[in-house]
Amino acid sequence: MTAVRRGLQPLIPALRRFARALVRNSEGADDLVQDTIVRALRGEHLFQGGDLRTWLFTILLNLDRNRRRGLARKPFLAVIEDIDPPGDPAADGSGRDIERGLSLLPPEQREVLLLVTLEGLSYREAADAQGVPIGTVMSRLSRARTALRDYLDGELPPLREVGGSNTGRRA
Amino acid sequence: MIRPGRSNDISEEELHAYVDEQLPEDRVCEVQEYLAAHPDAASRVAAWRLQKTKIHERYDPVLHEPISDRFCVDTILARTAGAWKKIAAAAVLAFALGAGAGWFGRDLSGFGRDTDAARALAEAAIEAHRMYVAEVRHPIEVRADEAHLVPWLSKRVGQQLKAPDLASEGLKLMGGRLLPGPNGPTALFMYQDAGGERVTLTTARSPSGDETSFQWRAEDKIGAVAWFERGLAFVVAGPAEHAKLNRVARRVYEAYEIADNAAGK
Repeated sequence: MTAVRRGLQPLIPALRRFARALVRNSEGADDLVQDTIVRALRGEHLFQGGDLRTWLFTILLNLDRNRRRGLARKPFLAVIEDIDPPGDPAADGSGRDIERGLSLLPPEQREVLLLVTLEGLSYREAADAQGVPIGTVMSRLSRARTALRDYLDGELPPLREVGGSNTGRRA
Repeated sequence: MIRPGRSNDISEEELHAYVDEQLPEDRVCEVQEYLAAHPDAASRVAAWRLQKTKIHERYDPVLHEPISDRFCVDTILARTAGAWKKIAAAAVLAFALGAGAGWFGRDLSGFGRDTDAARALAEAAIEAHRMYVAEVRHPIEVRADEAHLVPWLSKRVGQQLKAPDLASEGLKLMGGRLLPGPNGPTALFMYQDAGGERVTLTTARSPSGDETSFQWRAEDKIGAVAWFERGLAFVVAGPAEHAKLNRVARRVYEAYEIADNAAGK
C-alpha cells in the first residue's frame, strides 16, 4: 500500500467539498474529484512526499482548467452551471448569495479564496497548489475578498455576469 | 523589528493572515489594537470573516454526504485493472473502424483526400490516446529505459522511427507500445509531464508518399495534431490545447528533419 493510496481515501470528503464550491454543478464536481483520484493513482510515483493534500489540489486545479478550456469551446454547456439543481439547499437558503458571489470571481481568485478559507491551506500551500509565487496568492486573495464584499453589500453590479438575464434572482 | 503599539506597522497582508489564522502569535495583539483604532479596517476584517462563515455554512454539509463507490480507491483500482482486456479489444476495434474511413491514408488518392485521411487518422489516434492514457497499471509495454524500445518499434513499423526528446515541452518519455493498424503495425510513444499530463505520439507507415500540413482535431477534452510526412503518418494527441500540441508536433517534425539532414538526405 503506497503513501498515496493510504492517504487518499480520508481526503475525499474535503476534495468533494472543494470541488463543489469551485464548479457549483454537483455532477461536474464529482466528476472532477473522480478524475483527480484516477490521475493521482496513475501518477503516484510522481508524488515526492510533502503534503499529499496540496498535491491533490494541484491535480484537481489542473483538471479543472482543462475542463474550463473545454467548456469555453462549447459555450452552450457553460450555461448549465448557472442552473440551481432542484433540492439544493442553496436554492432557497442564504447560501445562494455566497454561491453566486463566488461564481462571479475570476477562477484563479475563486481558487485561492476557497483553498485558504474553505480548506484552510497555508498561503505557502495555496501558492504550491496554484503554481504561483506567494505574493500572487496574497494579491488574488485580497482582490477576491474585496470583490466578494462589494457583491454581498450590493455596492456594485456584478461585472462578470454570465448569461445576461439568466441570473436566477428571485423577487 | 516589530514595534509593539505602532499601529501603522500593520500591513494589509497581516490583516488577511489574522482572518486566516496564519498570523504569528506575537502579532495578534498588535493587529487587535490596530483594529480597535481603525474602524475601517475592522469592518473589512469583519466582512472577510462573514464571507468565511458563509462559505463554510454553504459547503461544509458536503463533507457529511455519503461517499459513493465511485470514490473508493480500491474500486477504482480494481475497475481499471479489470477493464484492461476490454480496453485492448476496443482499441483494436477503433483502429479497424478507422480503416474504413481512410485510416492512415489507405484511401488516399490525391491531395483532396488528405484532410479526410488525416481526420480519420486523428480520430483513431485520439481513441487510442484516450484508452491508453487512462490506463493506470499498463499504459505502456516497453519502458523508455529499455534500449530496444525504438529499434523494436522501428522494425515492426518497417521504418526508422524516433522517440523525440520533448523536454523543452516539459515532457518525458515513459515508453511505448505496439498497436495493430490497418496498414500494419503502429507505434505509440507515451510522454508525461511533471503534473502527470500525458501526450502520445502515434506513428505508422503511410502507403502514399503524400505530405500534408498539420491538421488539428479535438474531441471532448482530447486534441490531436496529425500530418503525413516522408512515408509516415504522425499523430500527436493530448489534452485539447492547440498551441501546446502544435509545439510538440513541431518538435517531432524537427527531430525527424534533423535526423534526415544528418543522414545527408
